[in-house]
Amino acid sequence: MSTLDRSADPRRPPALLVVLAGVGIAFFAVPLIGLVGRVPWANLPQLLTSAVVMDAFRLSMVASIAATVIALVLGIPLAWVLARVEFPGRALVRAIVTLPLVLPPVVGGAALLLALGRRGLIGDVVYETTGLLLPFSTWGVVVATTFVAMPFMVITVEGALRGLDLRYEGAAATLGARRWTVLRKVTLPMIGPSILSGVVLTWARAFGEFGATITFAGNLQGETQTLPLAVFVTLESDRAAAVAISLLMVVVSLVVLIALRDRWWRSL
Amino acid sequence: MSLEARIRLRRSQELDIRVDLSITPGATVALLGPNGAGKSTVVAALAGLAPIDSGRIVLRGRVLDDPASGVFVAAEDRNVGVVFQDYLLFPHLTALENVAFGLRSRGISRDNALQRSREWLSMVGLEGLEGRRPADLSGGQAQRVALARALVGEPDLLLLDEALSALDVGARSSTRHLLQRHLEVFAGPRLLITHDPTEAFLLADDIHVIEGGVVTQSGSADEIRLRPVTSYAADLAGANFFRGVAEAGTVEVDGHRLSVADEDVQGPVLVTILPTAVAVHVTKPGGSPRNTWSTTVTAIERLGTRVRLRTERPLPLTVEVTASATDELGIEPGRKVWVAVKATEIGVQADDGNSFSRA
Repeated sequence: MSTLDRSADPRRPPALLVVLAGVGIAFFAVPLIGLVGRVPWANLPQLLTSAVVMDAFRLSMVASIAATVIALVLGIPLAWVLARVEFPGRALVRAIVTLPLVLPPVVGGAALLLALGRRGLIGDVVYETTGLLLPFSTWGVVVATTFVAMPFMVITVEGALRGLDLRYEGAAATLGARRWTVLRKVTLPMIGPSILSGVVLTWARAFGEFGATITFAGNLQGETQTLPLAVFVTLESDRAAAVAISLLMVVVSLVVLIALRDRWWRSL
Repeated sequence: MSLEARIRLRRSQELDIRVDLSITPGATVALLGPNGAGKSTVVAALAGLAPIDSGRIVLRGRVLDDPASGVFVAAEDRNVGVVFQDYLLFPHLTALENVAFGLRSRGISRDNALQRSREWLSMVGLEGLEGRRPADLSGGQAQRVALARALVGEPDLLLLDEALSALDVGARSSTRHLLQRHLEVFAGPRLLITHDPTEAFLLADDIHVIEGGVVTQSGSADEIRLRPVTSYAADLAGANFFRGVAEAGTVEVDGHRLSVADEDVQGPVLVTILPTAVAVHVTKPGGSPRNTWSTTVTAIERLGTRVRLRTERPLPLTVEVTASATDELGIEPGRKVWVAVKATEIGVQADDGNSFSRA
């Protein structure tokens, strides 16, 4: 009787499904275990406080946070325009803006080099007016990182704006709120959870950025060598250091995910 | 102080809105109509959320919208209080912050705005709930927050868009009384948008019935109840509605002859009999009523302490009686009864041919 009951439970999954799901879990878990198993715990402090790692950590934090801030400042207005303003070629603009999501980052880096390099499309203009030489500089890291990460902010916020009931903004207007006040006090707070999602996705993408950065900004310690670049370099020369840096990135990523966990899951 | 509005606004191929409104201070006018009749568009036009195509809106002597002379005052520069359908309380703000929102937007200091908002919340009986978010308020409470939010800025006009329809039936009747009381506090013109005839009949001084963007009938509650000119209005009132031919104080409806009080009307007429105007007896009633006939009860529907009966030929009627009377008389479907209608209770109106077009 009890066997009959159990087979009637619709939540009881087919055996094949369980096996495949198990393979899926292993696929993610095994590399992580492999990494943690190889961590040279004894000289970990020493490895992590080396000049290479400290420089790369500082640069990664600066670049990923700067990219996130730029994505907020430029990406939210861009999302607003894409969501609310009808203009010819809007679909094309959206395609261009979201292209870096699917474009191989190394191609993005090459494109940046061709546009902003010393002899690039607008590179010399930028250099002459601002004195900024973007390629192979810390500014270049920020630009490359923003290029690949900002689309996450744009698509997340645009989706939220499209889903927002416009009548709330109308209600605010009847209460005397001007457009800027409506945006600040009603629109943005109402899509707050999505903005937070955008921040997390953008930051995570920026923190792990590799291809566009190494192509556009190069790999100079203290100047353009971020943590992923440092892993790539040390993997050849000093495997213990590579493992230590990888562990550092795993920990930082986990801390951010867990810190934002509640609001993050809810908003998804 | 009053509102004068001629609203001409084409919303779509199907919906062309043509509504004229004139509301004096302290008066409540209801715009009563089915969904899709254009009621919310009228709200949007008056609130400044949808410019009109032509016409003119003047509030307290100030022209708010006049396409002919290029005048359009934006929503934020009008002083119109709106209780929106679904209330539209800002979900990220507390009840108190919602009420204070308009004052803060209009440049009133934070302390002053919060103080006045607190007073309003306690006036609508929500003392102690200032810190609640809309998600933690009941429908009736949210409705009162919305009302306080609309009124705290002392608007020149109050618009109530389906202010009660989001509530369940039980909460609706108690909230309706509260609303009635709070409306008295507001001295300006009030426009009530609703699809619920009870709401319109109880709260409004004047009613405009709107169908397909056009006002099909205007008048007092009694006028519309007794002489609805469209089948929609008649349905709203729950009234019995027939076409007939009048001659010398009688009207013939489907071969059945009714005595009516109006002896002058001749020719095609619309006949209205309110459900409450019909008396029900189990034996043939004595006395004078001329309109008495025997019929069978086909259906019974309980509405709280009232009961609606449907009777069959010769003249199918909807009848409303008290529940206790039905119980006493033992009325149930299939039961033979006598119904009686006084001639003075039968509304008769000449059929001008335009009415009843939707029947």
